[in-house]
Amino acid sequence: MNTDTIKKEKNTSAKAERITGSEAIIRCLIAEGVKTLYGYPGGAIMPVYDELYKYQDRIHHVLTRHEQGAAHAAQGYARISGKVGVAMATSGPGATNLVTGIADAQIDSTPLVCITGQVPSPLLGTDAFQETDIVGISTPVTKWNVQVTKAADIPEAIAKAFYIAKSGRPGPVLIDITKDAQFEEFDFIYEKCTGVRSYNPVPKTDINTVKAAAALINAAKKPMIVWGQGVILGKAEAELKAVIEKSGVPAAWTILGASAIPTAHPLNIGMVGMHGNYAPNKLTNECDVLIAIGMRFDDRVTGNLSTYAKQAKVVHFDIDPAEINKNVKADVAVLGDSKESLALLLSELNENTHDAWHQEFKALYAIEYDTVIKGDILPEKEGLTMGEVLRQINTYSKGDAAIVSDVGQHQMIACRYAEFNRSKSNITSGGLGTMGFALPAAIGAKMAAPEREVVAIIGDGGYQMNIQELGTIFQQKVPVKIVVLNNEFLGMVRQWQQLFFDKRYASTEMTNPDFVTIAKGYHIEAKRVTKRDELEAAIKEMIASKSSYFLEVCVEKEDNVFPMIPSGASVSDVRLS
Amino acid sequence: MSQEIKTFTISVYTENNIGLLNRISAIFQRRHINIESLTTSQSEIKDVNRFVIVVKITEDHAIKVVKQIEKQVEAIRAYYHTNEETIFTESCMFKIKSNLLFEEPQIQNLIKESHARIVTVNKEFFVLEKTGRRHEIEELREAFNAYGIMQFVRSGRIAVTKDEMKVSELLEAFKNQ
Ligand SMILES: Cc1ncc(C[n+]2csc(CCOP(=O)(O)OP(=O)(O)O)c2C)c(N)n1
Repeated sequence: MNTDTIKKEKNTSAKAERITGSEAIIRCLIAEGVKTLYGYPGGAIMPVYDELYKYQDRIHHVLTRHEQGAAHAAQGYARISGKVGVAMATSGPGATNLVTGIADAQIDSTPLVCITGQVPSPLLGTDAFQETDIVGISTPVTKWNVQVTKAADIPEAIAKAFYIAKSGRPGPVLIDITKDAQFEEFDFIYEKCTGVRSYNPVPKTDINTVKAAAALINAAKKPMIVWGQGVILGKAEAELKAVIEKSGVPAAWTILGASAIPTAHPLNIGMVGMHGNYAPNKLTNECDVLIAIGMRFDDRVTGNLSTYAKQAKVVHFDIDPAEINKNVKADVAVLGDSKESLALLLSELNENTHDAWHQEFKALYAIEYDTVIKGDILPEKEGLTMGEVLRQINTYSKGDAAIVSDVGQHQMIACRYAEFNRSKSNITSGGLGTMGFALPAAIGAKMAAPEREVVAIIGDGGYQMNIQELGTIFQQKVPVKIVVLNNEFLGMVRQWQQLFFDKRYASTEMTNPDFVTIAKGYHIEAKRVTKRDELEAAIKEMIASKSSYFLEVCVEKEDNVFPMIPSGASVSDVRLS
Repeated sequence: MSQEIKTFTISVYTENNIGLLNRISAIFQRRHINIESLTTSQSEIKDVNRFVIVVKITEDHAIKVVKQIEKQVEAIRAYYHTNEETIFTESCMFKIKSNLLFEEPQIQNLIKESHARIVTVNKEFFVLEKTGRRHEIEELREAFNAYGIMQFVRSGRIAVTKDEMKVSELLEAFKNQ
């Protein structure tokens, strides 16, 4: 390695110690403050596991039941804590099983360090047992990756990996370490990485762009903010709150931005996107200035781009220059860290209230409430709804729970109706939409924040994609609460089949096992609710429980999630039914 | 922004690391952009590589692709330029039967007029090398085609830009941080 290319924190006090590559890996992780990691052993990573055994009083390795579970658990850990999640796997199938989680972390900007074992370097390229080119495979879905074949290169690779994973726009990195490098002895010394010369994680904010943004916002009659996860990743929640309170600008959020501002905040006007709220979607096409903060204009947010906010001047705050003008042309782009740029913006903004403009949101909310929300959360029909389950969870968790949702109808319902008092509380697979995410991610979240209530909301389909992680919950005694909203369908796909494929329910009906018995098989307290009058007590009991708890709620089979922007339609064509 | 498809030369300064070629070419592949040519070599800066990539795309696309390349951790800087903004060339080699050199007087003239250089001659074949613009190389290839070419190969474009790249300053600034 060419060491001139990175900057390191000088570690002058430490003396080099002669240790093996595998011990060095553990020592590096400890030096980076890692207390918990998730993984699964196998041949090519066994020397590292041997060291984990020796260091078990200093670093806790959680054996998941599948490497995909390890990756998602590390993601959940990272998403709730803001720290780097760590996952480990052996070569070949172990490494490829991590890939979905890595891709998920890449598209949702989650800091992850993945360490994979690799066949000994003399065997590279020989189609050796359990050899896969994981560096090649993971290249398009990692922020950075590297293969290490010499023990002496391990500390620098790991130092760089942590720095890259967490700096700037975070993302997953992968280090593939050959088995001979794990066995090799060398003189170990660890110095944290503080800079990489080819990499500029945080572009400098140009005050002139901030002034131009403020001028547009100050002059606007109908401004609207849409914030994304960039606010959370930048720890800029307080700055955003101050900006919206001073300017009076109504503020909506993307799924990944959820919880940065409390749900109950009067200027929080709800969620944008395919199943977002009626008012912010509709009024996206009526605002005069659209202020996007740490969001990337995903197609699930914008609908048809050619009819998206065409009337508005667009101000885009982002840390990643590649996001500017990628999907939506910005009239003013403010690059940089959201905490810093929003603080600068605040001092340039005029005080305002935009009362008349807020009334427009309220009027549309009232329509949405009458046609959709009321029926979802306070249903009068016989069958149970997903919305009422969320309402009860809100009541008993008092909005303090972290909600970890899987992918599908229940996810949209969870994002729409969960009430959040605290940031980093909505943990879901947004960009990749990975079914199977929630159960392992909830494990990681609960382990990173044991003081918090963590409730996983999962569909009967996605639950069975990583159901094996019940074993991890049992073995590690992770007190997560698991709610399966069972509609006996791959609900979201069924909804599309109903709406766009003349109800041809191709392969979306599920014949499910007895989920309660399965949970009990893992010694997890479990209950099934089929009637409304059982629901409240069950949720109360679940939230009150000090240990893990499984609750199956049998909901209406063919309910649909509305509002909905059909794919390819305009945000203003959002349907209420 | 111009939606006209033009030839752009994308220049990328990178760290000298295995795998970066994959990362960079994937950026084009994902967007269905055909790479007309790609050349990598040492740059003017020690331990820094330079990619010269030629593509036919719109300027809008070129801007986006350059940003995606710069986003890669080990890419130092990336730029795009039009033909007018660069000085560029390609080179090629011909392997031709030696007897033609003596039997076809026209061949000697072709070599002279085209400023091609004879690299080697032996009893069986001779090898010519020619550096220039694509159309010059193509003209020569067509001319030789009439007599028979045993082997022909052409390199990708290499190019330097008329404006400054300022990469050394950037690296210097990092050092002094
Ligand atoms: C790994 C994966 N495979 C397929 C899909 C496509 N998909 C999106 S939602 C969905 C249905 C989910 O069904 P379920 O988990 O029962 O949740 P529901 O929609 O019924 O709430 C499917 C199959 C996906 N998102 N992820």
